[in-house]
Amino acid sequence: MSDGHAIATPGDDFHERTAHAVANPVLQKALHNLDRRLRTASTSAAAHPDWKDRAAAIRRETLLDLDGWLDRLEHSLTTRGVQVHRASTPADARRVIVDLARARGARTVVKSKSMATEEIDLGNALEAAGMTSVETDLGEYIVQLAGERPSHMITPAIHKTLPQIRDILAREAGTDLAVDREELTRWARGRLRGEFLRADIGITGVNFAAADTGTLVLVTNEGNGRFCTTVPRVHIAVMPVEKVIPRLADVGIMLPLLTSHATGQALSNYVTMISGPRREGEVDGPDELHVVFLDNRRRTLLGTKYEEMLACIRCGACLNVCPVYRNVSGHAYDAVYSGPMGKVLTPLLSGGAEGADLPYGSTLCHACSDACPVKIPLGDMILSLRADVPDAHTALRRRRRVFWSVWARAWSTPRGYRLTTALGRVSRGRVPGLRAWTSSRELPRPAREPFRDRWAKEHG
Amino acid sequence: MPKVALFVTCVADQVFPDTAEATVRVLEAAGVQVVFPALQTCCGQPALTAGEPEAALRLARHHLDVFDATDCDAIVTPSGSCAAMVCHHYPELVSDRHADARAVAARTFELTQYLVDVLGVDDIGARLDTTVTVHDACHGMRNLGLGHQMRTLLTATGATLVEMTEADTCCGFGGVFSVGFPEVSARLADAKIGHAATTSAEFMVSGDLACLMHLDGRRRKVGPGSAPRPIHIADLLASGLSGRR
Repeated sequence: MSDGHAIATPGDDFHERTAHAVANPVLQKALHNLDRRLRTASTSAAAHPDWKDRAAAIRRETLLDLDGWLDRLEHSLTTRGVQVHRASTPADARRVIVDLARARGARTVVKSKSMATEEIDLGNALEAAGMTSVETDLGEYIVQLAGERPSHMITPAIHKTLPQIRDILAREAGTDLAVDREELTRWARGRLRGEFLRADIGITGVNFAAADTGTLVLVTNEGNGRFCTTVPRVHIAVMPVEKVIPRLADVGIMLPLLTSHATGQALSNYVTMISGPRREGEVDGPDELHVVFLDNRRRTLLGTKYEEMLACIRCGACLNVCPVYRNVSGHAYDAVYSGPMGKVLTPLLSGGAEGADLPYGSTLCHACSDACPVKIPLGDMILSLRADVPDAHTALRRRRRVFWSVWARAWSTPRGYRLTTALGRVSRGRVPGLRAWTSSRELPRPAREPFRDRWAKEHG
Repeated sequence: MPKVALFVTCVADQVFPDTAEATVRVLEAAGVQVVFPALQTCCGQPALTAGEPEAALRLARHHLDVFDATDCDAIVTPSGSCAAMVCHHYPELVSDRHADARAVAARTFELTQYLVDVLGVDDIGARLDTTVTVHDACHGMRNLGLGHQMRTLLTATGATLVEMTEADTCCGFGGVFSVGFPEVSARLADAKIGHAATTSAEFMVSGDLACLMHLDGRRRKVGPGSAPRPIHIADLLASGLSGRR
């Protein structure tokens, strides 16, 4: 999964990478500085419990007839002069977009932050096709210059300290820059302004797409999304299929729910609602607007116990409250999506080929399920994926299965339970394989006399 | 007099029998008759979290057999996590015995939940002159809605309750997680112990022995310092009953 990206948190598996992350003092400093901010964002969203019910209902209504809503959306978009493309794989989506860009002789593409384009690794595909692709969200721009991928959906460079960011931007600027938020932002703003004006194509994601009106809703805090969708001659929006919502009126619930859970804001600084390309007589807007519907195995989840995962609105609330995420940051997941939703989505979207060990790296504390604005039972999904994901380490898996099956046979009878626990007492708790526990914690010894024996003595 | 079947849990049975006895004393102090179904073993949660639901199912069937056959008004356990296994996971796990699973789940309660929500007992008569802080164990809190019950019972003893920051953040135990990801697990324990220490409480009280074993194990490994001693709510309440402590 790390093709084309620098590896910020090395390791062969999720466990190794979490151990590296915990032992990395610079990363820990960056995480510590922003930990409180993230948590505050998520707790401030708790003020509207009834919104969650309404939002969850809207999302489930959508999933009940996803294909129907997509057809209606396509019709509404086409009526407004938007060109719709359907891509079933990331490769399909890349081909559609690269072909569109090539046919228009594009040399520079500006991008607004979008997890969908990360998912299809679009930036690298455009570069490989000889085009310059520039991320225009400040955090995403920093991450792009560092050759990394975002470590958080909403705040992509949250794993970086301010001095690190200065070094990255100063290298690009070719001059010295002060370790000062305003100065660094001012420099990036000036640089990006030039890119917007030069760009031939603007590429964005989609936060919501209303099927009834064909309106695309885009949320940003820096205004870069609006630049990408109005200045270049062509706008291409990449829309994972579950982004459709039935009605424009639903935005009234979904939008503040998204922003409050993402950053604690009642509304983001910019909300862009797009209803087609520039029409005759209009001054602003692109000549062409394309929307790419991206499936990438999503529709195979319909009708399964993981269907509700498609209700996700990518707010990041589950990351912000996750005790594991808060200590290891996004790169430890070595996947496009990190945190609890990434533990579920990564194996599902790859058919188990990627992130098979992610579901094990959870304490199953269910803080994610509680935080989710659309009530996805993330904790339960993480648990059941442990059994459902075809594990790459089949030999290990087989040994594990044998162990637990023997254990279950023994402990499902009082005699077997008595026998095995007596053995545990004789060995005084020195069971092989417990070094992982005792390396960081003392282990209590089994009691000399279990409770059941004490009870039997006392009560005859 | 209500009759309660003690669902002791394998951890309390084998490692912390004193806590199991304290649970009995607390229930009896609340005016309850306690019986112990001797054929019980383990609810099966370790296998479920290890990703082996079939092994867990075997244990779940045994658990249902044992407690289905027990004549009692309620099944009470000194563990929010084991109670959550029965109440939250059994109905789906034991799908071919859905009615049995639902019936046993409906009668199963965590200790503080049973005392406060079912019996309506806020004060079991224990008296304590100490300062305490509470660690909300995850499964009890998020699957069963626990938290206020323990605080009610503690406050009634006369103990001073000082809340720590992030009382509702996971301690890092997580069953198989604690051995699969020991570095993150220990770091979360350190954070929890650190938050508890700032309250200057004598005890960090919780309702799950597995969390407490993890927290106390970490505390002893790094040197206890002034950090509050992790203790199960049943042990603390029982120590405040007359003639004890």
